[in-house]
Amino acid sequence: MSTTVTPPPKKVNHIGLEVVQYKGSRTTLCAGCGHNSISERIVEAFYDLGINPYTVAKFSGIGCSSKSPAYFLGHSHGFNGVHGRMPAIATGALLANHTLLGVGVSGDGDTASIGLGQFMHLVRRNVPMIYIIENNGVYGLTKGQFSATADIGSTLKTGIANDLPPFDCCALALKWGATFVARSFSGDKRQLQAIMKTAVAHRGLSVIDVISPCVTFNDHVGSTKSYSYMKEHEEVLQELDFVPYFEDISVEIPEGEVRDVQLHDGSHLRIRKLARDFDPADRFQALQALEESEAKGEVLTGVLYLNTNKPTFLDLLNLTPEPVATLPESKVRPTKAVLDSLMDELR
Amino acid sequence: MSTLEVSPADSLPGQSIHPVVNDFSIQVATVNGSGSQTANSVLMRAIFQMGIPVSGKNMFPSNIAGLPTWFTIRASKHGYIGRRKEVDILVAMNPETAREDVEKLNAGAVVIYDAPLKLNEVRSDVHFFPVPFDKLVAPVCPDAKLRKLVRNMIYDGVVARLLSIEMDEVHVALGKQFGKKKAKAAELNWGAAKAGYEFALKTFTEGVPYRVERMNATAGKIIIDGNAACALGSMFAGVTVVTWYPITPSSSLVESLIGYMHRCRHDPETGKATYAIVQAEDELASIGMALGAGWAGARAMTATAGPGISLMSEFVGLGYYSEIPTVIFNVERVGPSTGLPTRTQQGDILSTALLSHGDTRHPLFFPCSPEECFSMAIEAFDFAEKFQTPIFVMTDLDLGMNNWMADAFAYPEKPIARGKVLDAADLDKLGGFARYQDVDGDGVGYRTLPGTNHPAAAYFTRGSGHNEKAQYTEREDDYINNMDRLAHKFEVMRQFVPEPVVTVPENAKIGFVAFGTSDYAVRESCDQLRDEHGIAASYLRLRAYPFTQTLLDFIQRHERVYVVEQNRDAQMLGLMRLEFEPEILAKLRSLRYYGGLPLDARTVTDEIIRQEGK
Repeated sequence: MSTTVTPPPKKVNHIGLEVVQYKGSRTTLCAGCGHNSISERIVEAFYDLGINPYTVAKFSGIGCSSKSPAYFLGHSHGFNGVHGRMPAIATGALLANHTLLGVGVSGDGDTASIGLGQFMHLVRRNVPMIYIIENNGVYGLTKGQFSATADIGSTLKTGIANDLPPFDCCALALKWGATFVARSFSGDKRQLQAIMKTAVAHRGLSVIDVISPCVTFNDHVGSTKSYSYMKEHEEVLQELDFVPYFEDISVEIPEGEVRDVQLHDGSHLRIRKLARDFDPADRFQALQALEESEAKGEVLTGVLYLNTNKPTFLDLLNLTPEPVATLPESKVRPTKAVLDSLMDELR
Repeated sequence: MSTLEVSPADSLPGQSIHPVVNDFSIQVATVNGSGSQTANSVLMRAIFQMGIPVSGKNMFPSNIAGLPTWFTIRASKHGYIGRRKEVDILVAMNPETAREDVEKLNAGAVVIYDAPLKLNEVRSDVHFFPVPFDKLVAPVCPDAKLRKLVRNMIYDGVVARLLSIEMDEVHVALGKQFGKKKAKAAELNWGAAKAGYEFALKTFTEGVPYRVERMNATAGKIIIDGNAACALGSMFAGVTVVTWYPITPSSSLVESLIGYMHRCRHDPETGKATYAIVQAEDELASIGMALGAGWAGARAMTATAGPGISLMSEFVGLGYYSEIPTVIFNVERVGPSTGLPTRTQQGDILSTALLSHGDTRHPLFFPCSPEECFSMAIEAFDFAEKFQTPIFVMTDLDLGMNNWMADAFAYPEKPIARGKVLDAADLDKLGGFARYQDVDGDGVGYRTLPGTNHPAAAYFTRGSGHNEKAQYTEREDDYINNMDRLAHKFEVMRQFVPEPVVTVPENAKIGFVAFGTSDYAVRESCDQLRDEHGIAASYLRLRAYPFTQTLLDFIQRHERVYVVEQNRDAQMLGLMRLEFEPEILAKLRSLRYYGGLPLDARTVTDEIIRQEGK
């Protein structure tokens, strides 16, 4: 009779991986940085959903936010490119291998200033990937200059006030073709996790603008991207409940109260309305709601738009089921007979 | 019913007893957008079909319609297909330039012109052949709207009659030009060509001192532009991701490729594409996508010209430093800035070789012909993956956009080589890998592709400082190790780039070094120097950067070596200055032309004679 005590079984997800297999290297961002919370949500979401890390490719541009892909999903390939040009790299990688799950992390400088053009074209193409904007209204790595998402009238630590209006990246994404658009707050663990999981399950471009305070350069009185400002001004649109495809969803949905949206992978997003009636399938309503909350000085968070029907950019390309990157020579080099007949035409 | 008697043409009564046979140039001056391209291509092709080496060069404005354009056809029994400065036969269709075009001619030249232009008033020492184009086109083209496009075909008939080009061949060329689907258009044009021929037959009793006679020097050859040849090379290289942004003169490279891929690269059973071609929003995006695709394992490419190269600079540095294979076709045009977008130059040599900030070096291939556009495109894809780096295939507007006579392309003998890529099975055996470790001593590490199902497959690619394991580092030793390995990798490339082509005649004291489209002028100039001046000149045609020992040996064995290039600042010579010892550099001379037209032999020869002090 054995006396050895079997250790408690390790906690694993439904594909048998532990949470540690979803973590990255230790963060080098400031303690308390909102970006670290977002990395944690990504780890949780991918672990909970049992996404195999090898199927994921991470992308980023340049800036504090863009460093963060090193701090999650260490078993996934990552590419930290050049400033504002992550969309091109991600698009190219997904052209090469359309079976990859792309996760891009950008910042407000990376997306709304130098990268605005590429961001808009990514949106216009509806490239199927997750595009997270870690939005703190300020350039951190260069020590505290305004970004193009800083609100008019908000101030730097030095007291200088911003006299230009902000770009609302969600409004841009809504207007030009992203199929999942959400805004969240790095401090709202529950909401951000549900949004992150929805993005994983969605087939199309997911734009997630996350207000993610910079504790070093933009967390003071006068900032509209601080923890305290968000606590006072966040207007939460809905209560979100994500039900993955591998879980039982037999629980009855109360009539009228909750919208149930089935996602590409069979998962469901349940959206329970709060103060206002809001239809996340209605782009115009979303744009209007953003305008209204901006006028009131509120930060509207939640699912702004979700369209599960629009074909993605990759769908339009009529690609072979296997990634083109690894097709064998027999598929990518036409035969000598083909060359000979082309030569005959040119004689 | 036509009573026209077609080929073989009889000599004209007044034709000189000793006409110049198969050695002349025809210049057609028209207005951009008037459909003259068809007439010019047909004329060129008809001569080609008669077996005479021929070249066609289009000198066109950066404009959609309305500005002057010139097309030059050179026929040469000697096989010289570079540009020739002298015009023997002018077809003057453009009222804007006609007088100036006539004034530039040498005495004795032939001028075929639109009769109302009254060019015969301009001078009396050239042969004039007025043709009433409007009068001739009306009966053969009842639809007045089409007349503008068909009208030019009349001069094909006139030229054919005057030079004894067989009308049967004009007919065949027309069929080739329009294809079976546009038989009606071909017929309409044939009517116009015949009208021109008949008119000339009836009207012109005076002969011309030039004549086309059948040869057998073009059998089996093809006519193709360099851009289409690069496109074919890319397709047979197995390209899988093509991302681009339109820019003259590279646009037709990808447009040709789209056509070829659409025909030849869809799965015959499912109709699915084995490739993706994306028109990006700009060159920043096109190179970024190509790098993203190369990183994920595709055979990726883009094509551009000078302004696009400037825009790609930052990304190319990333590609160099993070070591991502991609092929960039640089179809050079005249810079700086917007420059002359529709003229040719070799003006991006230095900027491309060293593109991007920091210490960067990129391999460059220099094809000089459609055959090499094809073979070097294939080689470039292998090279990019072998050395995990961006590589540039450097052509120019002259090679890319003009039609060239070429040998039929040879099917690639070597299988596609994808370089050092580890898959899951390799990783099982190895246990792991370090992305930037120089395991084999050639400076090239092993890579994995995203999507590789193995826990040890992933690594993090970045343009910031990284160590062998691809981890972030700012350490002095890590940085230097990495940069030294990259330098070593570039040294290793010297053994694998295409070797120069060298010709050394007996007693040659001087030599030429040239590359790309300068080849035609330099080869012809070597003959001119020998035949006209008794000077023996060697010739080394560079085919790649980095340079190889062959170039050094060549310079060492000659007293003086002229580096011929089509730019103002002797850029290729500049690259040599970066690495050669002073005693080598002392032997080098520079010979440059940068006016935007294809280089011609006479310019080279005259400059050699001047510099040699003879």
